[in-house]
Amino acid sequence: MLPELSRDEILRYSRHLLIPEVGLEGQRRLKNSSALIVGTGGLGSPVALYLAAAGIGRIGLVDYDVVDSSNLQRQVIHGTSTVGKLKVDSAKAKLMDLNPEIQVDTYNEPYTSGNALRIARDYDIILDGTDNFPTRYLTNDVAVFLGKPNVYASIYRFDGQVSVFYAKEGPCYRCLFPEPPPPGLVPSCAEGGVLGVLPGTIGTIQATEALKVLLGIGEPLIGRLLLYNALDMTFDFVKLKKNPNCRVCGPNADIKELIDYEEFCGVPSHDHEEGSAGAGFDITAPELAERVKTNHLKLLDVREPHELEISALPNAVNIPLGQLAGRLSELNSADEMVVFCKGGTRSARALELLASAGFKKVKNLKGGINAWAKEVDTNLPLY
Amino acid sequence: MPVLRIPTPLRAYTDGQSNISVAGSNISEALTDLTTQYPTIKPHLFSEGGELRPFVNLFIGENNIKDLQGVSTPIKDDDKLVLIPSIAGG
Repeated sequence: MLPELSRDEILRYSRHLLIPEVGLEGQRRLKNSSALIVGTGGLGSPVALYLAAAGIGRIGLVDYDVVDSSNLQRQVIHGTSTVGKLKVDSAKAKLMDLNPEIQVDTYNEPYTSGNALRIARDYDIILDGTDNFPTRYLTNDVAVFLGKPNVYASIYRFDGQVSVFYAKEGPCYRCLFPEPPPPGLVPSCAEGGVLGVLPGTIGTIQATEALKVLLGIGEPLIGRLLLYNALDMTFDFVKLKKNPNCRVCGPNADIKELIDYEEFCGVPSHDHEEGSAGAGFDITAPELAERVKTNHLKLLDVREPHELEISALPNAVNIPLGQLAGRLSELNSADEMVVFCKGGTRSARALELLASAGFKKVKNLKGGINAWAKEVDTNLPLY
Repeated sequence: MPVLRIPTPLRAYTDGQSNISVAGSNISEALTDLTTQYPTIKPHLFSEGGELRPFVNLFIGENNIKDLQGVSTPIKDDDKLVLIPSIAGG
């Protein structure tokens, strides 16, 4: 029995009620439905706003982060007034203002193997708006195990991908991507950046697919992957098939329960670029500030050239990480060297590369030039 | 010649080129031509043993080569090849 719409709700949703594919019954179906949005960042922002506006009866928001100024270029559900506040609280306040008729449940916790099944169990549909590989594999496996559709989207710079992974009716995320890329091969948005409007384009398509699945209308992107490129302004579609060897949804699946996804992907389940090379290989910004007073340290900056226009350290040599392997001859392995990037992730990979090439006296600037800007030279901008 | 579409994350290794004409009668030859034109892309597509990396998905038109004959799949001059990367940003 679907819930009735109040007089206020009928007015609020009147533009939906006028569409025969939605109509009164469809709107009541939306009111009766629930959606879990994993991540309230770039994708989660438009997804949550449009699903709330559309009248999904119950929306769950999972995020453990706080709003940062650097989010606001794309995460439009948050605002300057909510910087420093919990993302789930910031988002919920915006949603309740947009549509007080709905229920918003918040989960201020990392989405992990320990809690994901409990959180997702009570929702009709899951929307993957996370920012890292471990949580994407987790979100997929949870959806497969619970038999729920997973509306997937991901973004990078100018590229977007959208699909509906629903193992009951088509392929899952693992059918397309059985294994994650090796750590470091694919940069995150924190490292590589993203056009601010891109998650708007892709997130609204994601929300569209969720509404179609919940209403049972149209042709959802089950078994199809949408590829968008904002620079070329192209939308391409490819067909996806169920992989008979899929380890979670195939006939001989051997993964029957949630696993350790950080171990599986070899990377942490967040894209905060505050990298460390591990104990003994790091130097902190204040330690480096002391050392450069007395020692002749070589500073190696492995960022891209355009990042040097934002902030730079004097006397540093710039060799972008992608070029380092081919330019080792420009460096002297006998030099004592400190390698840095924006946040310490790329420089940690550079350190591995240098160590394997015989460089023994190299340290990684923990937290990168941003740590220097926070702890040593506060005139330097953070980015 | 068939045209291979390069996604943004890999354009750093193709001098920013988004569409590259590749010569060859099958996927394997086309990829060899690509990595000859742009050698630095090779480790991003192939393992050290020379196998196409499992997270790399290559489509001919709408179809994944994994659903066809893999790297032996024949290609025609007017085929459009698309590389689909694993991206995780949100």
